Amino acid sequence: MMEKATLIVHSGDMDKIYSALIIANGALSMGMEASLYFTFWGLQRLQKGGLEKGSLSKMNMMGLGKKMIQGRMEKANVVSLEKLMTDFKELGGKIIACEMTMEIMGVKKEDLRQDLIDDYGAVGTYINEARDSKITLFI
Amino acid sequence: MADIKIDVKGETCPVPLVEVRKALRKASPGDIVEVTGTHSASKKEIPMAVEALGLELIDIIEEEGVWKIKIRR
Repeated sequence: MMEKATLIVHSGDMDKIYSALIIANGALSMGMEASLYFTFWGLQRLQKGGLEKGSLSKMNMMGLGKKMIQGRMEKANVVSLEKLMTDFKELGGKIIACEMTMEIMGVKKEDLRQDLIDDYGAVGTYINEARDSKITLFI
Repeated sequence: MADIKIDVKGETCPVPLVEVRKALRKASPGDIVEVTGTHSASKKEIPMAVEALGLELIDIIEEEGVWKIKIRR
């Protein structure tokens, strides 16, 4: 059986979405399977047009801090979240959307990018995957 | 057997690693994937990925900050 990395994406902050997608792409690149469970604020990033909309987890300063960091990221040639997401899917990464969050936040399937989502699930789905994962993280 | 060349000069984490993986997935067994880049951590990490994938690292060379890694699928 292939080794697996299972990550919970709880935060919707831009910098943390970067961390989650970079780690997940790294795992796939190094021969592991990878699953991302989007829940709570993280789920908002799966809404149509929502992927790049997160604020910075620190020093956001009404979006000014985010602009500054984005400028620096561009200079350092860091790719967009959209590109990381495309690569993640191309390399066989799995995306699961949390159903309870959808209920709480009033998010419907039509609001989400269904082209990216492989499955809708709850805690049991996560535990089932996490129990035989080599890496599991809560971001 | 094909010789696949990828250029990730100027690209940073995680692009070199991801592009190597994408190329290796598309390659057929026996094909050579040759990657050229400048991101220094990737020069260390691509060989780690090659080992984890159970593939053969043929060669690593570096000249004036540009490295070239050859992998056999």
